[in-house]
Amino acid sequence: MPFESETATGAAPAQVLAGDSASLSASRGWGPRIEAVVLPVGALLAAMFVFGLFCTAAGANGWEVFLSIKRAAFGDWYSFQNTLVRAAPIMLCALCTAIPLRLGLVVIGNEGALVMGGLAAVLVGTHWTNAPHWVGLSAMALAGMIGGGLWIGAVGAMKIYRGVNEVIASLLMNYIAIAVLNHLVNGPMRDPASLNKPSSYPIPEDNMLGSLGDSNVHYGLVYGIVACLVVWFVMERTTFGFQMRLIGGNLRAARIAGLAVEKVTLCVCALAGACAGLAGMVEVAAVQGRANDSLAAGYGYAGILVAFVARQNGLGVLLVSILLGGILASGGILQRTHKLPDATVLVFQGIVFLAILYSDSLYGRFKIFRERTHGQR
Amino acid sequence: MANADSIGWMGVPLAVVAGAIRGSPPFLFVSLGECLTEKSGRINLGLEGTLLMGAMSAYAVSYKTGSPWLGLLVAGGAGLVLGLIHAWLAQRPRLNDVAVGIAMMIFGSGLAFFLGKPFIQPMAPALPVWELGNWSGSPQVRSALKLSPLLPGGIVLAFVMYWMFLSTRWGMFVRAVGDKPDAARAMGISVVKTRTLSIMSGGFLAGLGGAYLSLVYPGSWTELVSSGQGLMAVALVIFARWDPRHCLYASLLFGGAQAVGPALQAAGIQSYYYLFNAAPYILTLAIMILTCTPKRTLAGAPGALTTGD
Repeated sequence: MPFESETATGAAPAQVLAGDSASLSASRGWGPRIEAVVLPVGALLAAMFVFGLFCTAAGANGWEVFLSIKRAAFGDWYSFQNTLVRAAPIMLCALCTAIPLRLGLVVIGNEGALVMGGLAAVLVGTHWTNAPHWVGLSAMALAGMIGGGLWIGAVGAMKIYRGVNEVIASLLMNYIAIAVLNHLVNGPMRDPASLNKPSSYPIPEDNMLGSLGDSNVHYGLVYGIVACLVVWFVMERTTFGFQMRLIGGNLRAARIAGLAVEKVTLCVCALAGACAGLAGMVEVAAVQGRANDSLAAGYGYAGILVAFVARQNGLGVLLVSILLGGILASGGILQRTHKLPDATVLVFQGIVFLAILYSDSLYGRFKIFRERTHGQR
Repeated sequence: MANADSIGWMGVPLAVVAGAIRGSPPFLFVSLGECLTEKSGRINLGLEGTLLMGAMSAYAVSYKTGSPWLGLLVAGGAGLVLGLIHAWLAQRPRLNDVAVGIAMMIFGSGLAFFLGKPFIQPMAPALPVWELGNWSGSPQVRSALKLSPLLPGGIVLAFVMYWMFLSTRWGMFVRAVGDKPDAARAMGISVVKTRTLSIMSGGFLAGLGGAYLSLVYPGSWTELVSSGQGLMAVALVIFARWDPRHCLYASLLFGGAQAVGPALQAAGIQSYYYLFNAAPYILTLAIMILTCTPKRTLAGAPGALTTGD
């Protein structure tokens, strides 16, 4: 049968590609697994070395700076809580890029989806005040997911029906979302009591997201971890995930195999947006308590990088987000104890990600990790 | 028509024209840089970082040496260096240029904020401007017609770039590398070298755009000096269909559109200020939705841009 043979030849590169980008460990023994740990860790160490030199050049003691970052990020339970609080929205935002990346779509509209999710959650949270605690929270989470889902879903729809490049469309949607946020908190949703920093009315205490036990870590972290695990499971272990990998690997083969490419793309985009929207809900319901321009604090852009660095893997997203949360959490202490500007963490973040991205291109370059020759690549 | 008393409503079109004249050069330089980069087959989302680095280094050098022109040059040099890093990383196997661009954006802006911290307060000498509005009694007209030599420079550059792509050896190389890298390679053109030079030159131009921000208009260095022009450039180049001449028109349009919100606010219309600020983005998105088709890639798009060869 001509179709079958075409499917088979078409699907083969798809598997190669999927294996190449995400699950090197599939069937080639331990070498690649060790490689997948050694390379990023090596890159991290190299980045820390470069950053140490940078700090020394800037007049601080590089080694002391590291000790401070370590103390501020992972030193004790209190600072680790701070790290986790920052990691929660990052991991949700990272999923927003990681999921469509499996289809070969580079969506960078995380910031916009986060803002829209936050706005939707605030709308529900401030208006529906007499519901029981968990009903109100669920409604807010749902609203956030719908807000973000529609936002990135629109990007997917533009891609499918009009062929609009998703990178640009989602980038523009970020700016539009921030404009909508500013418009609403300065106009229709503005709390007259917020003078210096225009904000919406605060979410009543009853609708706020609580903390885990007696810690400072809020339930948003649970949302984030659960979302990462679910995404990992869906992408690696379900038919839907296989469809995604197939479409991302070879679009033509996927079409010939009869997959509803349009439908899967729309679902994936909406799902991705829902993750970022949930991040927005977590931010308003657990941290800010109201909507204002602090919502667009750059978690979205951080999430894009995390998605790439974690190689679109849900579990990787979890780890990299916590690492990044730690870096972000150490901003204050660098300013106080080392007289370094607060942009230092931005520099560190940039160096770390550039190094880890670079290490991505080194896979397969070192013979030690290969048990047999690696084929044509 | 325009004296200080009757400025009221007339202020809106005037402000838009002023915005096009004064606000467009950063858009123009960054979009020309992005255009050159994308013509060679790679996208550089990190130009926002380059822009900030350019703005900071231009201001710092101008403050330290007293020579804004030296600052301009150093800003371009900073762009070259960041462009080199991007060019090197974006051409590594399996690295996504969008991801590298975002990392470069974070790195570049972080570096600019870090090194620029001491220069937020002091005043640096600005680049000279031509005061073309002295015939008018109205201060609005006069401030609108302060023309920086960089704008005509950029306009000339846009047409020169168009001519280069069309009919010079170098332009052909860049286009060949961007459209069909394999064919270019077969012709004996070095893809890596051509791309590296294109991306570095693109960074140089973005650095100049940054210098305009800190040395001409708004004319000081703060962490908010760029309002996303570097990221917008990516959209602008698509809007302009990878044609340097259209980059010029689009830059003027975006510069003007940026001034609509504040102008309406000055004329007493407050309520939709923030939505008007998003006008350029909504405009770009609307035009893309109207003109793209799912059947084929955009006319004029460099072939390797989408396939990642």
